[in-house]
Amino acid sequence: MSTTAVHSLWTTAAEPLDKIPAPHIEYAQLAPTLIVVGAAILGVLVEAFVPRKSRHYTQVFLAVVALTAAFAAVVGLAVGGYGTTKAHIAAMGAIAVDGPALFLQGTILLASLVAVFTFAERRLDPAAHGKRVDSFAAQAASVPGSDSEKAAVKAGFTTTEVFPLALFAVAGMLVFPAANDLLTLFIALEVFSLPLYLLCALARRKRLMSQEAAVKYFLLGAFSSAFLLFGIALLYGYAGSVSYARIADVVDGTVQTIDPALAGTMGNDALLLIGGALILTGMLFKVGAVPFHMWTPDVYQGAPTPITGFMAAATKVAAFGALLRLLYVVLPGLRWDWRPVMWAIAIVTMLGGAIVAITQTDIKRLLAYSSIAHAGFILAGVIAVTPDGVSSVLFYLLAYSFVTIGAFAVVTLVRDAGGEATHLSKWAGLGRRSPLVAAVFAVFLLAFAGIPLTSGFSGKFAVFRAAAEGGAGALVVVGVISSAIAAFFYIRVIVLMFFSEPKPEGPTVAVPSPLTTTTIAVGVAVTLVLGVAPQYFLDLAGQASVFVR
Amino acid sequence: MNPVNYLYLAALLFTIGAAGVLIRRNAIVVFMCIELMLNACNLALVAFSRMHGNLDGQIIAFFTMVVAAAEVVVGLAIIVSLFRSRHSASVDDASLMKL
Repeated sequence: MSTTAVHSLWTTAAEPLDKIPAPHIEYAQLAPTLIVVGAAILGVLVEAFVPRKSRHYTQVFLAVVALTAAFAAVVGLAVGGYGTTKAHIAAMGAIAVDGPALFLQGTILLASLVAVFTFAERRLDPAAHGKRVDSFAAQAASVPGSDSEKAAVKAGFTTTEVFPLALFAVAGMLVFPAANDLLTLFIALEVFSLPLYLLCALARRKRLMSQEAAVKYFLLGAFSSAFLLFGIALLYGYAGSVSYARIADVVDGTVQTIDPALAGTMGNDALLLIGGALILTGMLFKVGAVPFHMWTPDVYQGAPTPITGFMAAATKVAAFGALLRLLYVVLPGLRWDWRPVMWAIAIVTMLGGAIVAITQTDIKRLLAYSSIAHAGFILAGVIAVTPDGVSSVLFYLLAYSFVTIGAFAVVTLVRDAGGEATHLSKWAGLGRRSPLVAAVFAVFLLAFAGIPLTSGFSGKFAVFRAAAEGGAGALVVVGVISSAIAAFFYIRVIVLMFFSEPKPEGPTVAVPSPLTTTTIAVGVAVTLVLGVAPQYFLDLAGQASVFVR
Repeated sequence: MNPVNYLYLAALLFTIGAAGVLIRRNAIVVFMCIELMLNACNLALVAFSRMHGNLDGQIIAFFTMVVAAAEVVVGLAIIVSLFRSRHSASVDDASLMKL
């Protein structure tokens, strides 16, 4: 007997494998994300191979070039019509390339670009042992106050890993609003959350607070993403697919072929309702809406201020983008169920954020509660369920992100011996001592309050008009009332800065390098341009307001 | 065996995990409870995958495992750094920013 014949006594030849078709990936249309991921990986290599002395400049250069190139790619796609006529779903159904995705990706990239300038700032902290340092820990692994920390500070170490970490976070944020199936959504969420947890722990000053903020953000963030994942499991169980279009068809009941398993799960509304609610929970956590907002003040206060600005702006843009796509593409058939819930959440978010902010005595906590209130205003636009609702939310996010980054950049300038002087009492009389910085901060506060001729007013007007036309008039009334409450504490800070006597031992205002100056100048410019002449950008958001399905 | 039973088990595990997160005070134990919740999600995904006869759920389960591993890397690093500076991993002790 031959060997093969013996062999065939107890084995059979497997069927020759059918050819597995290679997935078709439209690399050009995914270029913005791919550029940022590529640069982040290069950044890791830079950490490994470039000598410590030149790492900082290499990383800053890499990050700035990557973000600029990715923004150019977004503009190229938008000019090529991918935002309007050629909008479609790329990467085998995983990523949508359409107007809202491109608009939000552009916003995220520009916001991260100016935020990266504040990361790179090295003139604010006094030089340690003759070496310039930034806002990040000399060595994150060393225990605060220990000898190893002192040695690391003396050696002039800096945590240049923040740049690749931020780029990874940006990459996740670019995918999050464009994700077109639930798996991509979950992975994108984790890709941008995990680096942010780490970034929060890296403050140079007040390291205990920074580590505490990171632990809180991490535990609560992981908790909420577990909810999101269980929601994904239930929606998958309901529809038998994770693709947005397929789930929407099953929700609407327009699905063509129904197999017995699908017929069984389709009739089970509990799967759909609980699944949808759990996914919404996960997203509203990232947005910072009221029942899920407890992490916001602590994390905003404890994280290094440049990170806070980046996180406050870019995370909100990405999370609202994903929330819009989920509600408008996947669950429009369910809107009679989710609208009342979102109504309630928007109302408590607006009022809760505004009222609790009044009692705050720390400027970073104050801005955190103000960001909660703003999440409520944006939710009012989300509830409209009209194209105007989408475009107004897009515009609001653009306006809000630059005001936020600018405001936190100003916070990094006001310092005393212990680092940043964030207690409000120390800001008394700042307008007398350094009128320019106080005036710039006043502009940002007025924009937060929604005073005309600032971007805050145009944004709020657009959102509230969309909400009113979408049949949410009562919500607009609540929104205007909470805007008035919010205006009170913004104006209070302005009064404190300009109309009270400076204290003799008050903080000094550090003179920043051109980097932070650029960030603040861009913030002021965008705030004023969007406030005085918003029409071009409103039109742009209007053109970009159609989701692809 | 009816795959629906696995869904009940998944829901039960998820609830145990969520209750643990809310009740336990040690950051490591809280984190373990979160991992339990993720694994409950995996069980639900695989059970649904079996019910529908497609592989999407099982593929997501693999992704979840990788994400959980990455989360452990990041989470333990953060918790250990907190423990080293405070000599305590209790989430109640970390209250510098409480009002």
